Amino acid sequence: MMTHRDALEVLALHRREQVVITTMGSVAIWPQLSDSPLDFHYLPSSMGQGVPLGLGLCFAKPGRGVIVLTGDGGLLMNLGCLVTAAQFAVPLYIVLIDNGLYEVTGGQPVPHASLTDFGAFARGAGIPRVYACGSRAEWDAVASEATSGSGPVFVWLKVKGEVGKPTPSAPRPMAEQIARLRGALG
Amino acid sequence: MLGPNDIVSALEAAGFTHLVWIPDSHLGTWEPALRVSRLAPVRLCREGEAVALAAGLMLGGARPLVAIQCTGFFEAGDAVRNVAHDMKLPLKLVIGVRSARAASAGKSGDNCPHFAEKLVQAWELPHTRFDPADADAAALAGALKALVDQPTPAAILWAE
Repeated sequence: MMTHRDALEVLALHRREQVVITTMGSVAIWPQLSDSPLDFHYLPSSMGQGVPLGLGLCFAKPGRGVIVLTGDGGLLMNLGCLVTAAQFAVPLYIVLIDNGLYEVTGGQPVPHASLTDFGAFARGAGIPRVYACGSRAEWDAVASEATSGSGPVFVWLKVKGEVGKPTPSAPRPMAEQIARLRGALG
Repeated sequence: MLGPNDIVSALEAAGFTHLVWIPDSHLGTWEPALRVSRLAPVRLCREGEAVALAAGLMLGGARPLVAIQCTGFFEAGDAVRNVAHDMKLPLKLVIGVRSARAASAGKSGDNCPHFAEKLVQAWELPHTRFDPADADAAALAGALKALVDQPTPAAILWAE
């Protein structure tokens, strides 16, 4: 099984000019792999709101493309966002990091941990392209296709649960991040 | 008494680029007017989601208005806190206050008007009250201009 870091390393290799929105545990890893002004670390956040944030950005900047890294705990708080996103043909790429845990709070299992079929949720919501990967090799094989072309797209990455990591913090204050992103978007 | 066409025309004239909404029995009457408006509404499933989507729009330079009922505003508290106070984005809200007219006439025990006022104060949102049944187009234009001109997050408590 791939690690959270494996999943993000593969994404970093295949990411082009899209905005990347990170949440929760991904905030701690992505800055080690990328330092683009198009990276937006959504921290402090409202848990579960990364996907709508990315969808709004898609509307404001048509054609740019937005990749949202969300966790399973966050997505479970806001499953309706998949139905909302499915209404719109926008380049929104939702990448679910499913580790079965609330990693940031100490590793407590999410409800029905590792047994929920998130791909079925996405398909049922009407998202036209859904990918499910359980290994780094599987993810690497589809990552370029899954983060390009028409959207929305849902990518379900099953990763190893890890506990004891430091609490993530964004590499820059929120105001600086916003100014940097807006500057890059023009 | 302002009708849906008057209201949607005023929202357009105020310069909003997107209407992010979840209809209730009052806000839902705007629907036919919205169908032929450039403010085609962004329809969502939950009010916290509406606030976060508006934040994404604002990050990208758009000027959204979020229109939701107060019951959903209550649910959306953490998203409001985050967008207004962590991200410091100028979130603009029209919050439909269920039973406001009936309560002010002493004909409703609905606690929505009481808590709507309390909650906008709790989230430190500058706000005004507006009753479309007791206003004309100029009053609405003025209320919306005041909302748009407010540099911080702000709300209109919209009587229902």
